[in-house]
Amino acid sequence: MYETLAKFAQTWGLLLFVLAFVLVLIYALNPRNKKKFDEAKRIPLEDEEDGNGGKRD
Amino acid sequence: MTSVTPRTATATTGGGDIPFIAAALGVGLLLALFVAARAADPLMSAHAFIFAAAFVGGGFALVHHVSSGAKADPTAYEFGVVKAGVFASVFWGLAGFLVGVVIAAQLAFPNIFYFPELGWTNFGRLRPLHTSAVIFAFGGNVLIATSFYVVQRTSRAKLWGGLAPWFVFWGYQLFIVIAATGYLMGVTQSREYAEPEWYADLWLTLVWVVYLLVFLGTILKRKEPHIYVANWFYLAFIVTIAMLHIVNNLAIPVSLTGVKSYSLFAGVQDALTQWWYGHNAVGFFLTAGFLAIMYYFIPKQADRPVYSYRLSIIHFWALIFIYIWAGPHHLHYTALPEWAQTLGMTFSIMLWMPSWGGMINGLMTLSGAWDKLRTDPVLRMMVVSVAFYGMSTFEGPLMSVRAVNSLSHYTDWTIGHVHSGALGWVGYISFGALYCLTPWLWKRKSLYSNQLVEWHFWISTIGILLYITSMWVSGIMQGLMWRAYDAFGFLEYSFVETVEAMHPYYIIRMSGGLLFLTGALIMAYNLWRTAKGDVREKEFAASPALAPAE
Repeated sequence: MYETLAKFAQTWGLLLFVLAFVLVLIYALNPRNKKKFDEAKRIPLEDEEDGNGGKRD
Repeated sequence: MTSVTPRTATATTGGGDIPFIAAALGVGLLLALFVAARAADPLMSAHAFIFAAAFVGGGFALVHHVSSGAKADPTAYEFGVVKAGVFASVFWGLAGFLVGVVIAAQLAFPNIFYFPELGWTNFGRLRPLHTSAVIFAFGGNVLIATSFYVVQRTSRAKLWGGLAPWFVFWGYQLFIVIAATGYLMGVTQSREYAEPEWYADLWLTLVWVVYLLVFLGTILKRKEPHIYVANWFYLAFIVTIAMLHIVNNLAIPVSLTGVKSYSLFAGVQDALTQWWYGHNAVGFFLTAGFLAIMYYFIPKQADRPVYSYRLSIIHFWALIFIYIWAGPHHLHYTALPEWAQTLGMTFSIMLWMPSWGGMINGLMTLSGAWDKLRTDPVLRMMVVSVAFYGMSTFEGPLMSVRAVNSLSHYTDWTIGHVHSGALGWVGYISFGALYCLTPWLWKRKSLYSNQLVEWHFWISTIGILLYITSMWVSGIMQGLMWRAYDAFGFLEYSFVETVEAMHPYYIIRMSGGLLFLTGALIMAYNLWRTAKGDVREKEFAASPALAPAE
């Protein structure tokens, strides 16, 4: 049981993690997403209304 | 993009849920009274009465809510619960820091602060009171309050769930009271950072699930297409804490009307479950949640977007994938198989990179605006917090290496490491968020006094430095004394000699804690005056920044 699990973790588990990380890298570094991220990073700053119609400092 | 208001809320804010809430409170009250009447031990009886009192209080609050007839504005953000969270954070923070100073004094002067006739003042009872108060009562309230604020702001939507956010707030305070009174009375399941017994754990599970629903519900009805990165961190924190809390607290009560329970796990499995939980309490409660605060409040206060959004995505996924494996490093040289220890150590070392990804992102947000550190003490506090984060996330991987751990484990070095993270990182980013939130929520132009923030900053920083350095010296000395052998292979020192050698450092640590508490008291005063709407005239007039008119 232990041998099987350890072998699975050391091969497929490792592969899965590397693959997941590669997918994250592709998503994050893909030039097509640049515009989306540039807009997203401004979300906190472009929120000037307090919900009651008044401006916040 | 400038004139967005939250979307019109649906029936969730109407009165449809009132009968349901009343029924739930009634059932809870009956259950609590039943348990109180048939309690197997006086401790459970006391706690059942606290639950009953809370349900009665909830009933009064509900009646007041209905009879006042206050119609909720469906377009306005729900900030009342955030204000309550600011109060609760400051209150529990002061309580937790105070108990910390008390137990530090007990360690430094065990003969003076020892009262055998008052069992609840014993170090063993007060120590979990301190850790839970600062982590869960102070930190937890800061996280709940800021998450409710940030998710509304960045989703441009009112909190989902009508009265549910208020249930989360008061339900969480009830959990804190049950946990704290339990520790003092001697109720504990002896799992570090998870000492509350089974019934308190069940209650927290209920509160936490509602918290998740409120948060998710708000995200689902957002008007902003993208989910801002801070919300990812909050969501990772909420979901993972739910998982950790449930698995770690799997236990069988001895009696359904008694406090005592036994863990479902035994032996080394139990130890590993405990530290899987314990280290991820650090990773997801004290790190992911507070990184969310960093990602909203630092850009907001600096008025600059986060340095790299791409980096935030990469380090987010790397952090949550890696953190969950790091727990076994708490069990070096134990019955845990060596391969599992090595696995925990390896993942802890890898964790260094995503941690520093977050630190770089936080610090570099200031790039091109470093001058603000000179003029804005609130921003400086948050940036120093990120620097402490970088330092303790470098120290942590180092201490997880088995060879280093053989020296550092069970010594004060661990305590010093924890406090550089807790006082420096978690404390300072929380103080920064509270200094930001108070003027925003109470609609004040500025804080009551920036100079008081300066005092807070410097007094606390000296306190933290005294604390960490004394624990470094004491811890390494302790570790070296324990492993010192003489020419014949006998231990060089007896245990009590190592305790005696630590005495001066314990006094320095206590003074450091006292300074940190002093700083927090200054903050409480400043925030109180800010909420009242006061401004320190002398400072206000002297500041040239306020001169230009429209």
